[in-house]
Amino acid sequence: MICLPEPDARVLARRPQILSALAELLPATELIADPLRLAAYETDALTAYRCAPLAVVLPQSTAELARILRFAAREGLAIVPRGAGTSLSGGAVPCADALVVGLGRFNRILEIDYEDRCVTAQAGVTNLAITHAVAAQGFYYAPDPSSQIACTLGGNVAENSGGVHCLKYGLTTHNVLGVEMVLPDGQIVRLGGRHLESEHYDLLGLTIGSEGLLGIVTEVTVRVRRRPQSARALLVGFATIEAAGECVAAVIGAGIVPAGMEMMDRLAVQASEAYVQAGYPLDVEALLIVELDGPEAEVELLTARVRELASGHHACSCRASGSEAERLAFWAGRKAAFPAVGRLSPDYYCMDGTIPRRELPRILRAIGELSRRCGLRVANVFHAGDGNLHPLILYDASVPGELERAEALGSEILRLCVDAGGVLTGEHGVGLEKRDLMPYQFSPTDLEIQHRIKRAFDPALRFNPGKVFPSLHRCAELGRTHVHGSALRFPELPRF
Amino acid sequence: MSGAALEPRDETELAELLAAPGGALEILGAGTKRGIGRALEAQPLELAALRGILDYEPRELVLSARAATPLAEIDAALRSERQQLASEPPDLGALLGSTAQPTLGGALAANLSGPRRISSGSLRDHFLGFRAVNGRGERFKGGGRVVKNVTGYDLPKLLAGSWGTLAVLTEVTVRVHPAPECERTLRIEVREAGRACALLRRALGSDCELSAAAFEPGRGVLLRLEGWEDSLRAQLARLLHVLGQPDHELLDAAASRDCWRQIREVRSLADAPVLWRLCIPPRDAPRILEALAAERYLIDWGGGLVWLAEQDVRAESVRRAVHTGHALLVKAPAALRATTAVFPPRPGVRQQLDAALKAAFDPLGRLNPGRMS
Repeated sequence: MICLPEPDARVLARRPQILSALAELLPATELIADPLRLAAYETDALTAYRCAPLAVVLPQSTAELARILRFAAREGLAIVPRGAGTSLSGGAVPCADALVVGLGRFNRILEIDYEDRCVTAQAGVTNLAITHAVAAQGFYYAPDPSSQIACTLGGNVAENSGGVHCLKYGLTTHNVLGVEMVLPDGQIVRLGGRHLESEHYDLLGLTIGSEGLLGIVTEVTVRVRRRPQSARALLVGFATIEAAGECVAAVIGAGIVPAGMEMMDRLAVQASEAYVQAGYPLDVEALLIVELDGPEAEVELLTARVRELASGHHACSCRASGSEAERLAFWAGRKAAFPAVGRLSPDYYCMDGTIPRRELPRILRAIGELSRRCGLRVANVFHAGDGNLHPLILYDASVPGELERAEALGSEILRLCVDAGGVLTGEHGVGLEKRDLMPYQFSPTDLEIQHRIKRAFDPALRFNPGKVFPSLHRCAELGRTHVHGSALRFPELPRF
Repeated sequence: MSGAALEPRDETELAELLAAPGGALEILGAGTKRGIGRALEAQPLELAALRGILDYEPRELVLSARAATPLAEIDAALRSERQQLASEPPDLGALLGSTAQPTLGGALAANLSGPRRISSGSLRDHFLGFRAVNGRGERFKGGGRVVKNVTGYDLPKLLAGSWGTLAVLTEVTVRVHPAPECERTLRIEVREAGRACALLRRALGSDCELSAAAFEPGRGVLLRLEGWEDSLRAQLARLLHVLGQPDHELLDAAASRDCWRQIREVRSLADAPVLWRLCIPPRDAPRILEALAAERYLIDWGGGLVWLAEQDVRAESVRRAVHTGHALLVKAPAALRATTAVFPPRPGVRQQLDAALKAAFDPLGRLNPGRMS
C-alpha cells in the first residue's frame, strides 16, 4: 500500500477562499470544483489509487498558466500537472490539497517545418496527432508509446516515453529539440529550440523524464523523420525461452539494429492468438517479433540474415511478412497482448523493469519461480531488444488480499531486475507506484542529490508531491478502488 | 595556476580530497580542451590515474570505463569487436594546440559530437550512467547500465556538457553501436552556402538515411552513407536519383574515413586565430553566414553546426546574427577570452536555474569556477 502525503489541513480549510480567488483569475469554463466533475480527475491509469483534488484548472494559454502558478506560489498550493491521465505509474494521481492543472486545452499544432524536419505543438496535443499532421508528406514522429492515440506530448516529455521502436529511434529525450516550460514560481523559460545541443547545462535533458516535479511544459518541438523506404517483420518461434534469448543476443551481436524486437512467452502468445488470431504459432515457449526497416535493399538483406540466425538458434518456426497487411497482423497480436491477457483474469498488474539482455532467461525463470510460490500467474511480454520487461501479474481484486499479493510479487520482480544490474522502470516512470522502491536502487546520497535538483526548481516542494521520491509523510486515507473486470482505465487503448 | 597538481589515485582519494577544505580546482582529464573557455585561476586536479576499461560486453552494446580512459583506448577495444561510439567525438587537439590523448570523461563533460550527430544522436544521448564525486566530496551515481531507464532524473544528461562544474566523473557507462560494414561518401561540387544548404536539406529530407552531411567551401557538399556492403550500392543509386543525378565524385571507404576525420577535427580552419561554433536551426545557416560576410567556415550536421573562422572575436555581431541557437567561442587568444563571454549569454531565468543547480552540486564553487562563463 503506497501512501500519498497527508493533505495540509489549513489549505483544505481555505478551499472556499481559494476557489473564489481562482474564479477571479479564470473564466468559469476553466475551473472545475464540483465534486461530480472532479471525480474524472481522481486517478490516471494506475486506478488502484484515487483521490479527488482541491480543484482542477484548465488554462488556455501559457500566460494564463503562469498567472495560476504565481497565485499557487503565493498561496503555497501543491500542483499536480496532468496531460491525458494515461500514466501507468500514478504520475497524475492528485492529492486532496492540490490543484490539478490539466493541459487538455493546449491542443494546437503551432508550426510544421519540413525544411528543418521538426514540429512545434502545444503540450496537450496527442503523440499520434504529430504523425497524422505530417504523414501526407511522408514523415512521422518516431516515439510510439502504446497509448499514443490518447497520451499527450507534454506527458511524453514528463515520462520520457518509449515505445516498440525506441530500440532504433530512441526515447522521447532523443527526439525532442525544445520545450517551453512554466516554473513553479510562474516564470516562463525556453529550453532548447530548433537547434541541437544545449548552450549551458542541459536543462532540457533534465526536464525530460522529470515526471512533473520541476515545472509544467506548455510547448514542445519534436524532430520528425521520413518514413523508411520499407519495413518487414519476422515472426520466430522457439521451444525454449533460452533459445529465444540466445537468438536476440545473436541478432545484436551480428551488428543488426532492428526497428523493434519483441518477445512474448507461452501464456501471452496463447492469450493473444485467442483474442486477435494474428496467426501466431501456438506450440512455442517463446515468440519473437523482429522488425527491420530502412532502405529496401538493406531490409531484404537483413531479413535473410535474421532468418539464418533464427535457424542457427533452433527456431521451430520462422515467417517473414510478405505484405504490409501481414506485417501489421504480426503486430496486432503483440499490441493486443495486454487486453488479451486481461481476458484470462479479472485483473492484471503491469510491471516495467529493465535488465541487461543476457539476463533474460535467468530472470524469466526466477519470475516463474516467484509466480508459482505466490500462486499468481504471470504472462511475459517485453521489449527484448533493450531488455525492458513487462510481466503481467494476473489476480482477482475481489479475492481479499490478492491485490496486496500482486503488488508484493511486483516488488519482488523489480528487486530481481535491480539485483541483475537493471533498473526499476524502463518507460512507465516511478510515479507513485515505484516510489517506495527507489532506495533499493539508489543510496541515500544518490537520492539526496536528486532531491537537491528538485529543490533548485521547486524549493517549497509543491510540484507533484508524493511522486518519485520517498518521503516521511504519514499515510493519508486514500479511497482505493478495486477495479473489477479490467485494471486499465482506458480499455480501448492498445498496450505494449 | 595556484599550487601543485593534485593527483588522486582513485575515487576514494578523490572524495577525501573534495571533502577536505580547499580552494578552487581545475578538473583535468588529459587537458586537451583546456583552451576552450576562460583560463582558470585554480589548482589542477589531474585525473589521469582513473584510467582503464572496467566492463565491456559487446553483446550488451554497453561499455563502462574509468573517466580518464583515453578515447583511443576505447576506440581500439570497440574496433576489435566491430563496434564504435556512434557520435564520433572529435579530437580537437589540432585546433587547440594539444597533442595529448582526449579522454572519454572529458568528451562527455564537454558533450562535443562529430558528424554522425544528425543520424545517431549526440554523445549525451548514449551516456547511460556514471559514478562521480560532487563539490562536497559526496560520492554518488546517476543513470544505470541499461539503455532503457526512466528511474529518477536523467542525471547523465545534466552532467554531459557541464564541463566539470557540477561533479567530477570517475566512472562512465556508454551505449556503443555496431560499426557499419562499409561507408561511401558522395562529393558534389558546390561553391555557395545557400545552394549547398538546399542540397543538404534535400538529401536529409529524403528517405536515404544519410549518416553525415556537411559542406566545406572548396570541397563541396559531402554526403556519407554507411551500412552493409551488399545494400550500399542500391542506396547510393537511390540517393543520386533523389538529388537529380548531379555531377559527383565517389569517395571509397578509406577516403571517406579520412574526409570525415578532417571535418570533425575542423582541420581546414585549424590555423585561424579565432573560431566560433554555432548550433543553429539548419535553415538559418546561409542567412547567418551572409549577415557576417563569413569567408572561412565549415558547415556540418546538415546546416545545424557552423564552424566560423575569424581574425577578430566580434562577439556582439556573431551573437546578434544567431537568432535561435547559440555561439560558443571555441578558440581565441587568452586575453580576448578573459574579456568575452566564451559560453553563450542566457536570459535571467536560465541563469537562476543554472546557478541553483551549481549550488546544489558544488555549493562552495570549487569545481572549475567560471569555466562556463
